[in-house]
Amino acid sequence: MSGVAIVGIGMHRFGRTEGVSGRAQAVHAAREALRDCGLRFSDMQFGFGGSHSAGDADTLVSELGLTGLPFINVANGCATGGSALIAADAAIRSGQHDVGIVIGFDKHPRGAFNTDPAEHGIGAWYGETGLMVTTQFFGLKIQRYLHEHGIAPGVLATIAEKAFRNGARNPMAWRRKEIDAAEIAAAPMISHPLTQYMYCSPAEGAVALVLCRADKAREYTEHPVFLQGAAFRSRRYGSFEVFSPWTAAERADSPTAEAAAAAFAAAGIAPSEVDVAQIQDTESGAELMHMAETGLCAHGEQEELIASGATAIEGRLPVNTDGGCLANGEPIGASGLRQVHENVLQLRGGAGEHQVPGDPRVGFTHVYGAPGISACTVLTR
Amino acid sequence: MIAGKTTVDDALFVETAEGPALLGSRCTDCAAHTFPRQGGCPRCTGSAMEDVPLSRTGTLWSWTVQGFRPKPPYTGTENYEPYGVGYVELPGQLIVETRLVETDPAKLEIGMAVELVLAPFRDDEFGWPVHTFAFVAVTA
Ligand SMILES: [Zn+2]
Repeated sequence: MSGVAIVGIGMHRFGRTEGVSGRAQAVHAAREALRDCGLRFSDMQFGFGGSHSAGDADTLVSELGLTGLPFINVANGCATGGSALIAADAAIRSGQHDVGIVIGFDKHPRGAFNTDPAEHGIGAWYGETGLMVTTQFFGLKIQRYLHEHGIAPGVLATIAEKAFRNGARNPMAWRRKEIDAAEIAAAPMISHPLTQYMYCSPAEGAVALVLCRADKAREYTEHPVFLQGAAFRSRRYGSFEVFSPWTAAERADSPTAEAAAAAFAAAGIAPSEVDVAQIQDTESGAELMHMAETGLCAHGEQEELIASGATAIEGRLPVNTDGGCLANGEPIGASGLRQVHENVLQLRGGAGEHQVPGDPRVGFTHVYGAPGISACTVLTR
Repeated sequence: MIAGKTTVDDALFVETAEGPALLGSRCTDCAAHTFPRQGGCPRCTGSAMEDVPLSRTGTLWSWTVQGFRPKPPYTGTENYEPYGVGYVELPGQLIVETRLVETDPAKLEIGMAVELVLAPFRDDEFGWPVHTFAFVAVTA
């Protein structure tokens, strides 16, 4: 078995880019990733990729090159990027291929996502009566979480404030204006206790990564980042997930907890060794809950960590250093790979104004989404 | 029609001596419950499910208030907005997602006793109300 390295990274700026299709953004990201490691698309032995609403990734070959490579579409909701990466990891680790590319991209219309219940195996009544609304679920989930762990809701505004502060330092972010916690807390209530500025918005963007066998990495780059562990999990009976007309009274660990534990175990690295983390912040409450579910801290410990600045770029446990989903928006197919892109930048020491000080060595990423899935990675330089 | 009222989907309900109840499934192997009815057990992976009326009373497990008008497939009409949403724990069965009649955050509290009602959420083309299930605080 070979180890796996990320040798090339490329991104199309997140946010809104009028007149540029999601596919064109994906092609841009792919060319940037190839240029980053000095390879051509004809060197790629495989491709995995996907988008939620911007087209099939395998059709990108008409622009990138008709080389005959196996290019497999991944359609896995919020875990599309993470799933593509895990597939690439397996393709290289198994010895099947030496080098390949993963691409995640998207372009969504404005406003909250609307979803057809039938796609989730739920009756039409669920959508008709106004229960199939993701923003609403997140309000319900964080409300319960705050209650169970005795956390005051004020921390939710502090989390969003940090996201916009980090976004202001990241030239690739969408929202680059700082907003203070008081203004965030006073914004229109979307789903109690979450206000407008505590939610990310559907957006656009693309990320591509070139991966290869670890033992060949230095042929392509001076600063490889190694994918030490990658894991994907779906929900168990008793976990509380989006688009659930009901949940079991007996509680179980979330898919996040299981995916994170599996990724750390595969890497042989403990959560306490993480120097920089990108975790799913669909809204402020998600960052709060996921900090503990991933094992980066204990449940209930977040409030003090956040208030004390430990999760800031200069803190002990920097979280969402690029501004996360809150400052970058959520192009579903691209978000998971954005996190990996950011960690590679951080581990290379190339993040510029939003660089974590002290030469970070271990990076962690986490995505979460409907209908109760999570994908995590552990990266080292 | 359930209890003389037009509903969004009659298959969600069953009439009982105490009034309309939600109709769920119960696994005859491991006693797990689901709502709505389904053929497979998500707990033990078996497929021996039987119909069961769910409790008409429970406790509020979490809550929020829907702060904007959802896009389609939502079909509710404005005269029934805003609306509360919660999860209600039905003792010994499951935790069900539901609309809440109460929309004032100050009057909603995790742990409060609630009971099932049929509540209108839209008017049909002739102006008649269409109902869905909702929970409301139990009045002493
Ligand atoms: Zn069972």
